[in-house]
Amino acid sequence: MIPTAFEYKRASSVAEALSLLQEGGPEAKLLAGGHSLIPMMKQRLAEPGLLIDIGGLDELRGIQEQDDGDIAIGAAMTHAEIAASELLRDQAPIVAETAAAIGDAQVRNRGTIGGSLAHADPGADLPAVMVALNATIAILGPNGDRQVAAEDFFQDILTVDLEEGEIVTGVCFAPCRSAAYAKLEQRASKFALVGVAAALTLDGGSCASARVAVTGASSHAQRLGGVEDALAGASLPDGAADAAAGAGDSLDFVNEDLHGSEGYRRAMTAVFARRAIEAAAGRG
Amino acid sequence: MTTVDGPVLPKLIGERVKRREDPRLIQGQATYVDDIKLPGMLHLAFKRSDIAHGIIQSIDTSAAEAMEGVELVITGAELAAHLGPMPIGTPFPAPDHYSVATDRVRYVGEPVAVVVAEDRYIARDAADAIEVEYEELPAVVDPEAAMEPGSATLHEGFERNIAVESYWGGTGVNPETAQPEDDSAVDAAFAEADVVVTQRMLNQRLAPNAMEPRGVVADYEPGRQYLTVWSATQNPHILRTLVAAMMGLGEHQVRAVAPEVGGGFGCKINIYGEEYVAAALSRMVKAPVKWIEDRTEAFLTTTHGRDLLGYIDLAAKSDGTITGLKARIIADIGAYEVLLTAMIPTLTGLMMNGVYRLPVVRHELTEVFTNKTPTDAYRGAGRPEGLYFLERAVDMLARELDMDPAEVRRKNFIPPDEFPFATQGGLVYDSGNYEPCLDKALELADWQGLLAERDAARAEGRIVGVGLAFYVEVCGLGPSAVVPTGGWEHSGVTVERGGKVTATTGASPHGQGNETTFAQMLADHFSIPLEDITILHGDTSVVKQGIGTFGSRSQAVGGAALISAAGKAGDKMKQFAAALMTDQEVSPEDLVFEDGRIQIEGAPEVSKTFAEVADFAYVPVPLPPGMEPGISEEAFFEPENNTYPFGCHISMVEMDRDTGETKLLKLIAVDDCGNVINPLIVEGQVHGGLAQGIGQAMFEEVVYDEDGQPVTASFMDYVMPRAADLPTFELDRTVTTTPINPLGAKGVGEAGTIGSTPCVVNAAVDALSPFGVTHIEMPLRPERVWRLIQENGGQS
Repeated sequence: MIPTAFEYKRASSVAEALSLLQEGGPEAKLLAGGHSLIPMMKQRLAEPGLLIDIGGLDELRGIQEQDDGDIAIGAAMTHAEIAASELLRDQAPIVAETAAAIGDAQVRNRGTIGGSLAHADPGADLPAVMVALNATIAILGPNGDRQVAAEDFFQDILTVDLEEGEIVTGVCFAPCRSAAYAKLEQRASKFALVGVAAALTLDGGSCASARVAVTGASSHAQRLGGVEDALAGASLPDGAADAAAGAGDSLDFVNEDLHGSEGYRRAMTAVFARRAIEAAAGRG
Repeated sequence: MTTVDGPVLPKLIGERVKRREDPRLIQGQATYVDDIKLPGMLHLAFKRSDIAHGIIQSIDTSAAEAMEGVELVITGAELAAHLGPMPIGTPFPAPDHYSVATDRVRYVGEPVAVVVAEDRYIARDAADAIEVEYEELPAVVDPEAAMEPGSATLHEGFERNIAVESYWGGTGVNPETAQPEDDSAVDAAFAEADVVVTQRMLNQRLAPNAMEPRGVVADYEPGRQYLTVWSATQNPHILRTLVAAMMGLGEHQVRAVAPEVGGGFGCKINIYGEEYVAAALSRMVKAPVKWIEDRTEAFLTTTHGRDLLGYIDLAAKSDGTITGLKARIIADIGAYEVLLTAMIPTLTGLMMNGVYRLPVVRHELTEVFTNKTPTDAYRGAGRPEGLYFLERAVDMLARELDMDPAEVRRKNFIPPDEFPFATQGGLVYDSGNYEPCLDKALELADWQGLLAERDAARAEGRIVGVGLAFYVEVCGLGPSAVVPTGGWEHSGVTVERGGKVTATTGASPHGQGNETTFAQMLADHFSIPLEDITILHGDTSVVKQGIGTFGSRSQAVGGAALISAAGKAGDKMKQFAAALMTDQEVSPEDLVFEDGRIQIEGAPEVSKTFAEVADFAYVPVPLPPGMEPGISEEAFFEPENNTYPFGCHISMVEMDRDTGETKLLKLIAVDDCGNVINPLIVEGQVHGGLAQGIGQAMFEEVVYDEDGQPVTASFMDYVMPRAADLPTFELDRTVTTTPINPLGAKGVGEAGTIGSTPCVVNAAVDALSPFGVTHIEMPLRPERVWRLIQENGGQS
């Protein structure tokens, strides 16, 4: 619980953070809520020489409706702020609800969406939601900014499409009411043992199209293509179980630990896919 | 009737007085070990083994020694010249166990070297810089495999890794041979039984997880040849005794202090290597030193609890009358015996008698070394294990006979007129009246209504179960005949000038609320306001003698000592009062304490205030003949036996058919701990105990992999119960007093952990019984439950 020595700098702007990152090189780490990084530092699993605090930067804050109707969330917004957002509760309730179900109150008060996405813990909740919403991750780096689709951003365990020197500045997605997230909590950590996000386009009582993504079950958040295909044209909610049935079997790699074997996680992927789809369909 | 001016003081015993300790704890105004900062203080860090079993080949400390701010680096082998093997508190044979490993490591986390440095960060950096080479040995992880020929062994002289073997039962044990004299009655009982239930059950390993980890500050003053040790301990006086012995000092040269202690749950009874090391290194470096355990170290090195495997057989007649019990217990005690390690599993067998008349018993116990953290007391310490095994077996019997679990128990209860009741294990239950407690619990739970609710839920396709358990436990440890440290307790009561009272207790509280309950008792005794009383504890230079707090003893033994000392002080107050009442002939025997005054009983007009008398005691002019000035009395209380509280817990659970997740819907607990000083504190103790007992049933488990590596060494993997996991507990009490102490109080600190665990598992088995399930192991992990459901095709 005693980290190695490190230097701490508070950036006054994103531009300054970028240049500090540049100077710091591989020794530098960004700090926002610190709820992934600091526990690792306390266990000496991470030993960065420089922490660049971007947690308080105004440029990274805010939850706004864009001109095109999309919703943008700044990277430094905490889970608690996201959970409390009226805009999200109205336009994309899945995001507010998922944020409200992360960890405990202390974690939600400190942890940020940017940190959660960039760290990409295999059991983090928000990555699945962002993949299901077809969100775009906004990234700023020494060579300017770029946008990456969430499903391409998450690549492997704790691995995302983020180059050294780059910062996640926010996330952006189209409003979606017919979307829901359902998870089986790992009871110690409160991470998702399995979590599934489903975003549906409904046409009366049936599903026109769907995006369904899983977290916790595998190395990283990813789409459940088979479930999406099975949902196309399915009547809901009755067809949810059939559409979800094969969800777990479609995964190439499945995590396994004390809290859930591979077989259990595969089975739970189907269960929570069904629950997420039913909840999303229930929103009409 | 004549009255006098002044407030009427209400009696406080039995009242829900809020804990006086809480404001300072909640407001961050309390002083824990880590808050102690001494001039020139240095900091320790331990280099610990990262393998489960191996021979130390070399330790390279050169890089650590070269670091700036490092005062000293010392290996276990070097330290052994200053500190011998650690003492234990049981009479069992034990291998040598050094504070820091000298040549071989036997569990992950065992210290191999120590750094003394200017601050905690440097100390930790230097410890990380120590290079240790090991010759790895096979890890012994499974206690049953550990006893097989050919298994690797941990300790020379302990064949097949067996630390302790005991056997008793039948019609008696030959004390010479420790062998049963005649075991045939047990075999006959089982041969003649109408029904026998048989089950292998694991009472899993747990980490106590006090909110405050361990910590120690040691300050050896060479000029005075005097050592002061602050430690997060449950028993500073035992700490003083053992540290003095290890340091070659007398007890008159050691002061031990337990400042505020943030929970113990049994794991802070043991005196640990770090405490001895801190004392020795303070003397070596001639400076105070501090070591504060971090949470990882707490998981790895603070003693674990439980870890008993039971093979249980229960014989009965078809009407539910129990005719015999056989228990073969294998205790996985980890790598070493520490203070009470070997004793705890022996309590399991003794308490497996439960609340029943058991005509014959056979009990076999084997304690086995494995490459894991040593075990010792954990809340309940032996009783939760024994009562779990027994109450699961009785529940299985009820199920086998299709009887109501409450009625099977009722049928076998020891009747109230058979107390004091001698068990086959040699215990004598002081008092008991079980049926009213059972009836009260059934009524509070609305047992028949609960069963109907369960059946209605099942009809809807829900997986719901109801469970019941009835426990008896042993509290008020002593007496000295059975507690190696001594089983008495000590108290001092001083009436100060101005009529205020300072009292001390050797029962060193760390969450039990003695500052409140003991003050309530004194307030009533002297009829003075609670605010006029201070209770001091936890410092051997203030509290002259003591044993400590464990085994639910603070009220039953410590409270009794307090009342005894208060009686002596009161008698002297009355003598001084009588001497002050010069205008008439007053005998001290006629005086009573009433509303801040000392008066003739029934005649308040003849009185002196408590303060007047106290002031006179310190300036006694003229000094009454035959008296010494001042009022400062003390007393030891030696109980002649233990106390045996009991209770009935009932629960209702529901399981998610898809996921196997278990939700605890209801928990009803009716406990009988004898007379109660403060119901609020008793309920708080019960609440905390229930949470931990439910934690064992549903969530908690220390897990090692096949290499002896712990896989639950943080709160990311070790599941603690949280408030949101628990229903609103429904509590009530019955009161069966004990003749063992003048308070009639039995003790309640551990009760909650004893009944709740089997009660919740019984409910879980009931819920799963439509799937053909007769037993489930703890904890109720979702996957474990889900698999049992799946094995039956998901259909009930």
